[in-house]
Amino acid sequence: MKRITLTAIACFYGLFQAFAQSASPSDSSTYTDRKLRIDEVNLVSSYYHQDGNNSAVTGGIGTEKLTDIANSIDLKLSYRGRKNRIQSIGLDFGVDHYTSASSDKIDPNTITSPSYSDTRIYPSLSWTSTNEKKGNSIGIAASYSHEFDYISYGIGINYAKTSKDKSREFGVKLQSYFDTWTIIYPVELRPNGRFSGRDDQGGETTPRDSYSASFSLSQIINKRFQVAFLLDLIEQQGLLATDYQRVYFTDASERIENLPGKRLKIPIGIRANYFLGDRIILRGYYRFYTDDWGITAHTASLEMPIKINPFFSVSPFYRFYVQTASQYFAPYGAHNIADAYYTSDYDLSKFTSHFIGLNLRFTPEKGVLSIKQFSAVELRYGHYIRSNGLNSNILTLAATFK
Amino acid sequence: MKVKHFGFLLVPLILLGVFQSCTPVKEYQKQYLNDAEMALSARKSEKSENSFQSYREGASGANGGKTGGGCGCN
Repeated sequence: MKRITLTAIACFYGLFQAFAQSASPSDSSTYTDRKLRIDEVNLVSSYYHQDGNNSAVTGGIGTEKLTDIANSIDLKLSYRGRKNRIQSIGLDFGVDHYTSASSDKIDPNTITSPSYSDTRIYPSLSWTSTNEKKGNSIGIAASYSHEFDYISYGIGINYAKTSKDKSREFGVKLQSYFDTWTIIYPVELRPNGRFSGRDDQGGETTPRDSYSASFSLSQIINKRFQVAFLLDLIEQQGLLATDYQRVYFTDASERIENLPGKRLKIPIGIRANYFLGDRIILRGYYRFYTDDWGITAHTASLEMPIKINPFFSVSPFYRFYVQTASQYFAPYGAHNIADAYYTSDYDLSKFTSHFIGLNLRFTPEKGVLSIKQFSAVELRYGHYIRSNGLNSNILTLAATFK
Repeated sequence: MKVKHFGFLLVPLILLGVFQSCTPVKEYQKQYLNDAEMALSARKSEKSENSFQSYREGASGANGGKTGGGCGCN
């Protein structure tokens, strides 16, 4: 953990050095600056803690206590290319470290097993070429994610077209993720010691692939109102069950979770932002979701930034969520032995949830701490309550440098 | 169409209504639209929030974020 904190401090220091060396803007009206420059840097750190009593690792009963500390940095760089197109490069790097009491129950014979905690790293790289004259942009992206038992490679392409009057933008994004999961069974269900996740004990892997097409359409309605429509079509294939999650049946027998090898998800959403008067903004969001595992969900949220002055805003927010249960879900000891697919993961059960919190945004004219490039800082807190007893708190600090 | 799929109908209906009421806005009239709080994307500070919600809930997507990759199984 100390190492993650030191890395974050090193990132801050490196950032100031980078800005200190950036070229000053040219004052010539004919000269086009083609130098690569840093447009924006974002640092996001968050602390997340949850507790509940329906752990899927122990068959739908037992502690869900989990703590996660996440740090990420993203850089946006750009330069003018040969045909006067804007070439943008995005570099992201994130590190999450979590401790999970339920993961520790994969092998409850140990006092604290290696699965009690893990660190995930996830770098990504993107490139976008924008033709301002034609109002279009095209880009590619690649990502990687690694944790103890899971590796993910992602690739994507995107295209966007802006209308002549710049009031409308249509975007399409195609993404694929090729994941590899090391199979780990609960200790009592490992045949001849296999599937422990250790290479020296016959470590075996299995794929999980995701393919998605995302469409977006944003539209300016009037001087104070704009909306965006979002549609994703997502298909997942491979091992979609979590092999170290236990399921208990009506006859008291025990198996590992088993779910279909395919899942089609279709979420459709709308964002609507309205500037009310001179100080209040309404940020609304609604999403409808359905999939072929039997889950239908509605999400609605409203955030209301209030500008205390031009440099400081306070934004209370509330999010409501409701979902039906997957047809494969049943609680502890309720599955029939004849069921083909079964899970006791309460993330797939019927529930409602409420998320409430506050976002503070500070954008002083002379920069945060009088550092010109330190343009904004945000502090966000949210409390999450799920109708089946799970609750969590999340605290996030985000800093923007321009 | 089943009642539970009402959302599929609702969003296109809103879309239709919205396009009917659009008025042209010139660049110099965009002082409200260009405000940082008016951005039609999730805040940077929502990054971890969106991530935990996609793990703890059956639904995900249609928020301009990631659509796959990583297990999120804890």
